[in-house]
Amino acid sequence: MFEIVEKRHLAHMVNLFSIKAPLIAKKRKAGQFVVLRLNEHGERIPLTIADSNPDEGTISIVVQEVGKTTALLSNMDKGGFIMDVVGPLGKPTHIENYGTAVCVGGGIGTAVTYPIGKALKEAGCEVISIIGSRTKDLLILESEMRSTSSELLITTDDGTYGYHGFVTAVLSEMIAKAKKIDIVFAIGPVPMMRAVSELTRPHGILTMVSLNPIMVDGTGMCGSCRVTIGGKNRFVCVDGPEFDGHEVDFPELIRRNRSYLKEERMAMEEFVYHEGATCCERKET
Amino acid sequence: MKERMKIPRQRMPEQDPKVRVGNFYEVPYGFTPEEAMKEAQRCIQCKTPLCVGGCPVNIDIPWFIRLIEEGKFVEAARKLKETNGLPAVCGRVCPQEDQCEKVCVVGKKGEPVSIGRLERFAADYEREHGEVSIPEIPRWTGKKVAVVGGGPAGLTVAGDLIKKGHKVTVFEALHTPGGVLVYGIPEFRLPKKIVESEVDYLRKMGVDIQCNAVVGKLETIDELLSNGFDAVFIGTGAGLPYFMNIPGENLAGVYSANEYLTRVNLMKAYQFPEYDTPIMRGRRVAVVGGGNTAMDAARTALRLCPEEVTIIYRRGMEELPARVEEVHHGEEEGLKFALLTNPLRFIGDPEGRLRAVECIRMELGEPDESGRRRPVPIKGSEFCLDCDVAVIAVGNGANPLIPQTTPEIKVNKWGNIVIDTDTGKTSKTGVFAGGDIVRGGATVILAMGDGRRAANALHEYLAKGNPGVS
Repeated sequence: MFEIVEKRHLAHMVNLFSIKAPLIAKKRKAGQFVVLRLNEHGERIPLTIADSNPDEGTISIVVQEVGKTTALLSNMDKGGFIMDVVGPLGKPTHIENYGTAVCVGGGIGTAVTYPIGKALKEAGCEVISIIGSRTKDLLILESEMRSTSSELLITTDDGTYGYHGFVTAVLSEMIAKAKKIDIVFAIGPVPMMRAVSELTRPHGILTMVSLNPIMVDGTGMCGSCRVTIGGKNRFVCVDGPEFDGHEVDFPELIRRNRSYLKEERMAMEEFVYHEGATCCERKET
Repeated sequence: MKERMKIPRQRMPEQDPKVRVGNFYEVPYGFTPEEAMKEAQRCIQCKTPLCVGGCPVNIDIPWFIRLIEEGKFVEAARKLKETNGLPAVCGRVCPQEDQCEKVCVVGKKGEPVSIGRLERFAADYEREHGEVSIPEIPRWTGKKVAVVGGGPAGLTVAGDLIKKGHKVTVFEALHTPGGVLVYGIPEFRLPKKIVESEVDYLRKMGVDIQCNAVVGKLETIDELLSNGFDAVFIGTGAGLPYFMNIPGENLAGVYSANEYLTRVNLMKAYQFPEYDTPIMRGRRVAVVGGGNTAMDAARTALRLCPEEVTIIYRRGMEELPARVEEVHHGEEEGLKFALLTNPLRFIGDPEGRLRAVECIRMELGEPDESGRRRPVPIKGSEFCLDCDVAVIAVGNGANPLIPQTTPEIKVNKWGNIVIDTDTGKTSKTGVFAGGDIVRGGATVILAMGDGRRAANALHEYLAKGNPGVS
């Protein structure tokens, strides 16, 4: 059992959990993830490790309520226990002094961008970050991102904060100004990662994305997370999660991620029926 | 003797096929004590029993059968456990027809003694009657062994070494120990409570089992060796499932057998939404492959799918590598076979969901390097088979996690760990291996045999007082 030692509300339906997992905290590197299962009847879901504190033996994850499992987790509090946490899984981000690195974070993808930016800065990179969200209330980790970046640009789709528009617009402007960019890390919703990759492709800027397919075991045994990369079938759990965005078959990933929409909706409805309206989304409605 | 030979092979009662396709309960019910004693009488107690040599872990078969004949069921179970840590499992899933029963002398003139069913009977009797006793564990030798992987190979090593007085910690990547016994083999062939009780037995003997522990990611083999373990056994099992590399294989609805079975067995997706993990049940399911895994996937699909389940296999019925018993069970349950058929591509709808598989008919040509006749496509025989779920069961590659982090461990061109077959020794001192990480894809009992040999070699290695790093 893994204890939740801290819960911090970051944005609408987004929470950060610090979990006691000393061995994982000691070993994990930027870019790696854990698979967790909340209880005996639970499913296994992958979540990227946002940060760790080896001295206190904790890792932190950022969770957005999107389905039953994440809703159930979001209802948990400090002092609660998660049944299974396994990790650190996946290959760590390849960190080196690239020169100038642009870290693009969309939505809760920012939680994944943060440790990468932090590691890049420690490796001597100049880190410029662009983080975006639908609206101001959904923006997360602004101060953390500021601490790792020489420059932080913020966008919101509705213009409630920072630049009015998408992260790609800011990045596009940056490229247009002939700013020298050595590498881009883009992490967020699949359409965003796809858009960033399409934007950088004609300029030949290496663009790394962190993929979030459906997983079961997370150790290479099941193949649920396979994605076509550069025409080859790759397993995100052991070959990734980070890949060259110019090689990823994003439409396929989107289609595969929609495999269980019907079942996910059914699980959620059943959950709400039994548990009542307890999550923040339902409090509003 | 002649009397014994006259007794017919006892039938084991089974769930009616029409009923059992609607549930996940075990198919055969097992022998009653009377049936078991009668079957045991069929054994002619050969002076030089061939069956013992046919068993990968060399169980003293005539002895345990004699005990059953005498009504000493618990004693029979204990006799079994001297050489086989998991008799209730092996009695169910071993391919006895290719091992002990294949060489049974009684079988030369009629049907062989049902060794597997008797093994199952004794183990079940002991467990169900609360007669499981924990053997006395010798004083600690001062040595500690890390076992990587809690499947058949690893659990065998753990049981053998703890009985020899060594401390054993098993590191299991999943949330439940058992490996393929819990994620792969379906409930209706091996009830999970049996695996649980076998694992529980190991725990009671003092084996420390750590779940959610991925060696190579948490601690490397080298770290284990420098953090107090004197030796390591690697039994990480089958790894990355193979796909066929044909178009459409990543459509929604196409599963590897590992994923399909893991969802249903380990995650209990057949009880969705009571359990959270979903599975696409499908209306028509196609399973590609002809091995035991394919048969397990197909029979699982029959229990989930209302319409039709078809095995697609490129050779004929005679070449089908699955156990005859499983094929027979499948047929009884309504499984269809598209034999001498090979998939060419999967066809999806605009949403990317599987709708059909295009196949081609095959004929058997000249024998290939495996000695089996090579299937050759028949030109112009392409046809489409409707299906909304497909399960690919064409084997597994090796899991790269350990070799990636411990490069001194020699692997072959397929990524399987290279060992000395008599001892299980790898190229790294103090590190042994066995099971599917070595063999690529074999059976539970062969993995257990590997574990047995490795445990003996490990014991010798530890006894020499030459632990390498300590």
